[in-house]
Amino acid sequence: MTPRQPGRMTARAALAGLAAALPAVACLAQQDGRQDGRLSGSAFMSAETREMQADDAANPGMLSVLDGEALWSRKEGAAGRACADCHSDAATSMRGVAARFPAFDAARNAPVNLDQRINICRAEKQGAAPFAWESPEILALSAYVGLQSRGLPITAGEDPRLAPFIERGRGFYSLRQGQLDLACASCHDDNWGRLLGSSPIPQAHPTGYPIYRLEWQGMGSLQRRLRNCLAGVRAEPFAYGAPEYVELELFLMTRAHGMVMETPAVRP
Amino acid sequence: MAKARVRTTEKAGATRRQVLRAGIAAAAVPLLLVRPARATPREMEAAIRAFTGGAEMRPGKVALDLPPLVENGNSVPVTVTVDHPMAPEDHVQAIALFNERNPQPNVAVFHLTPRAGRAAVSTRIRLGDSQKIVAIARLADGSYWSDEAEVIVTLPACVEN
Amino acid sequence: MARTLINIPKQTRRGEVIEIKTLIAHPMETGFRPLANGSLAPRDIINRLVCTYNGEEVFRADLFPAITANPYVAFTTVATESGEIALSWTDDRGQTQTETVAIKVE
Repeated sequence: MTPRQPGRMTARAALAGLAAALPAVACLAQQDGRQDGRLSGSAFMSAETREMQADDAANPGMLSVLDGEALWSRKEGAAGRACADCHSDAATSMRGVAARFPAFDAARNAPVNLDQRINICRAEKQGAAPFAWESPEILALSAYVGLQSRGLPITAGEDPRLAPFIERGRGFYSLRQGQLDLACASCHDDNWGRLLGSSPIPQAHPTGYPIYRLEWQGMGSLQRRLRNCLAGVRAEPFAYGAPEYVELELFLMTRAHGMVMETPAVRP
Repeated sequence: MAKARVRTTEKAGATRRQVLRAGIAAAAVPLLLVRPARATPREMEAAIRAFTGGAEMRPGKVALDLPPLVENGNSVPVTVTVDHPMAPEDHVQAIALFNERNPQPNVAVFHLTPRAGRAAVSTRIRLGDSQKIVAIARLADGSYWSDEAEVIVTLPACVEN
Repeated sequence: MARTLINIPKQTRRGEVIEIKTLIAHPMETGFRPLANGSLAPRDIINRLVCTYNGEEVFRADLFPAITANPYVAFTTVATESGEIALSWTDDRGQTQTETVAIKVE
């Protein structure tokens, strides 16, 4: 591998690295048949990676889903209770649930994402210690719950109590930050479809989280991906679970409202 | 004063060179003992010879299918098919995959029996760089057939440090 | 025990060539990855996958560090009779995990 050059880059230099619009991706917008021009990250992937995602017997994210299925019925914590003891069959009870997260939590008067919701259940219903961020367990459970929304439209952000949080997330999305002085929008609104290095820039619709990312050689959450982006613009990433991330997640899911859930998605 | 300084610099320069030379000499010995960081075409040839036993290898029968342009070298889908019957007396015994520039030239060896019905295997491989991949099939009659492909591995922009 | 995912057609006709797709959760640590302290993470890979069909070996793969994490291997076999297809993965420590799948052949 070519060593990556450390050191400072200006925003101009970074954007100069963006090649001219990629015709192959541009025409995907038409193939997709969408009227509003929004495209899932899968539209920017190679045919091989799309096939890997589409075949449940070949999608490595399904290993995590199977772990999640086992965890769903495992008795946990002081209460000795499994997810299934309250929610019974996830195929019914969890249908469409991941598609509406992050959701408003009245007790906290704030939105919580799916991973946080799972850990709240563990603390309050199961009397169990929370799963660590990005632990195989939390990724497995959220992948299993996420699978129950696969093929369904994203409905996040409909609760009116979320409005101020969505706006804060939108503000974060448009905020230039880091040594490269780039906002999320600089790449994902203004330059999607162009190449950064050799990778097409997607529109940043979080349709398939948690994802199996080839770069990670494993599963990861949207927050891991957001931290990755922040590090990419040479900004200091927030800690996992920071309100800034949950608000950004909420804004992104609201921005993808109506798009189809793909969990567990595969991304390069 | 100026002269003295020049001399000092020269002396220091010479000392630095000596130190460097000594350092290189010292480093050279352990360097020769460790494996090179990546395989070379020659290492791949040696690995192929170990598989074929030096037998003649003909192009043909084997179809090595992998994308010419790879999004992420961590996972490259590969399918190898051999256009040959799988009868007990005449079949594909093994399919081996080799690469040129990973740390090791071997990728996988698949051992087949006539009960496979078809000589077709798929897997996913890691490629550290753009390079040549070679697939070789050994038939029951002892003949070897091959196919090869050049793959371009693009560097992903958003790597995680 | 590592999570595995084996896909075999549940029901098939005698003589049909079926595809067996396998995945197993495993980091496939290459032995070439430097750690923060400069040393290399020790190699830890699945180096062998064996498939038996009612006890008889029908397929075997020798795997090297160039195989991806969570290795995927797909191959074919002729459906000969109803029974059991077993897959065994062996790692560098010599530990073997075997999973079996029933196959119904008409």
